[in-house]
Amino acid sequence: MSETNQHIILKTENLSIGYKTKKEETTIATNINLTLKKGELIGLVGGNGIGKSTLLRTLTQVQPKLSGALYLNEKPLEDYANMDLAKAMSLVLTEAIASKNLSVFELVALGRQPYTNWVGNLSEEDISKVNHAITQTNIENLKHKKCFELSDGQLQKVMIARALAQDTDLIILDEPTTHLDMYHKAYILKLLQKLVKETGKTILFSSHEIDLAIQLCDTMIVMTKTEVISNTPCTLIEQGTFNTLFPEDLIAFDANTGSFRVKK
Amino acid sequence: MSETNTYKGSFILLILTLIVCFFANISLGSVSIPLKEIFNSLVGASSNASWQYIIVDYRLPKAVTAILVGSGLGISGLLMQTLFRNPLAGPFVLGITSGASLGVALVILGGGLFGGIFASLLISKWTIVIAASLGSFLVLLAVLIVSSRVKDTMAILIIGLMFGSITSAVVSVLSYFSSAEQLQQYIFWGFGSLGNLSWNEVFIFFVIYCFGILLSILAIKGLNTLLLGENYAKSLGLNIKRSRIIIILATSLLAGTITAFAGPIAFIGLAVPHLTRQIFNTSNHKILLPAVFLFGAIVMLICDSIAQLPTSDYTLPINAITSLIGAPVVIWLLVRKRKMVF
Repeated sequence: MSETNQHIILKTENLSIGYKTKKEETTIATNINLTLKKGELIGLVGGNGIGKSTLLRTLTQVQPKLSGALYLNEKPLEDYANMDLAKAMSLVLTEAIASKNLSVFELVALGRQPYTNWVGNLSEEDISKVNHAITQTNIENLKHKKCFELSDGQLQKVMIARALAQDTDLIILDEPTTHLDMYHKAYILKLLQKLVKETGKTILFSSHEIDLAIQLCDTMIVMTKTEVISNTPCTLIEQGTFNTLFPEDLIAFDANTGSFRVKK
Repeated sequence: MSETNTYKGSFILLILTLIVCFFANISLGSVSIPLKEIFNSLVGASSNASWQYIIVDYRLPKAVTAILVGSGLGISGLLMQTLFRNPLAGPFVLGITSGASLGVALVILGGGLFGGIFASLLISKWTIVIAASLGSFLVLLAVLIVSSRVKDTMAILIIGLMFGSITSAVVSVLSYFSSAEQLQQYIFWGFGSLGNLSWNEVFIFFVIYCFGILLSILAIKGLNTLLLGENYAKSLGLNIKRSRIIIILATSLLAGTITAFAGPIAFIGLAVPHLTRQIFNTSNHKILLPAVFLFGAIVMLICDSIAQLPTSDYTLPINAITSLIGAPVVIWLLVRKRKMVF
């Protein structure tokens, strides 16, 4: 591994994503060239149905890529065994967990599964990592609560703690701010920014909160119908990329405030 | 985890209850035997040979069978409920009982179709055990083949139910062409019975049962991961297909042998995991699995003691007792707690 200051975690080269069935191939996006560096907060934005989820599913090996190359820590993603991938990349998904009768501690501790023995016993180290993740996400007061007692915002923090406990270089979150009120949307994204700074991990999330992402992210990936662009939020604003994000009949991007305005 | 210590008291209590139920089960029956003589019989020092025989060769294997049946059904129910994320799942959702029923029906009812003498030769206790095992094994094989092809776990649940429908339809057709005697014999098998096993049979039962339990223990970590849902489980490095097959295999071994040796025993597999969750209030299978084991054994011993109608000459069908006693208890627990823990 090269000893550069900005170590590259995830890299795609001419990646094409989409769905393949026996009969046909549906391409969603092509020519995707992304570089995710260590210690960066990256926001993925784009309209509904543009392929954000497909991109995340491809990056997390839930579905296969169509063509191109995909490297995680300089090793092709498809060469990772399940267990090795679990130690390199953790996920926060949009789906609800199956059993809400787990306590917060138990749920976060499940993040240690790739490291525990055949019956899942937690070692001293596992317990201290779980407790550390709980502290980092400020959920100590929830530790012994059951998940069905939590609000959506609290549950999202717990899910982030679980991903932290998994102790991976890269954390990927699929729309972590859905169902949250305005305060908690900002809170969760701010928390992600804080975690990136404190832990040096790379965090990639998809979101519809473009204005918040502009303020908090180091890098943003913008998916439009024609291309996938990645750069710092400032450069993207200067290039006018956000203007191409949506049809122009209803809303327009205001470069001064960094947010969308409804056309009068 | 320190949580295991929290439950230590409950576990000790359960083990003590199990021991008490075990001895109570042995002491109760149509013939009253003094307590002292029961202990003498167990150590082989009874003065009364027929008492000795009743205890050692009838009541003791029956009590052991009750423990194996209760714990085995409880555990397979727990495995199915977690795998399918469905509180209504039980050990028989995969169509295993239906398979066993079909095997038995073919032997008892189908005998008429193959000719009378042939049939009467066929129907011994072992024939029924073998037929039930073969039937449930074939259904299991079909479910396993399907589950290695199907991506969605829920599809397996539906497919299991479909297998059940097919087999019960075949049983209906067979019943239609059967004589009253054959039907009666088949219905009696359906009542379930714990008391017909010799020590040899109990031994074979126990060996297969142990394989099932061993697989369940191997599945504990996977089961806990599955509490997050399959996508999270996959992201945690769990090999979903392998875990699924281990869980299905464990359930089939347990539920299949139990049905083969003791008939299709209802209710225990569905209810015991719920009873256990109400009392232990956890989803951690490291705690649930041994707790369900103990609970299942206790409930089955109690049901069997009641079915004996102590001091009378009658024995009620065990299948009726499990539901008669169990269902009100579960209803009472759910109403009292007002919250279903799952």
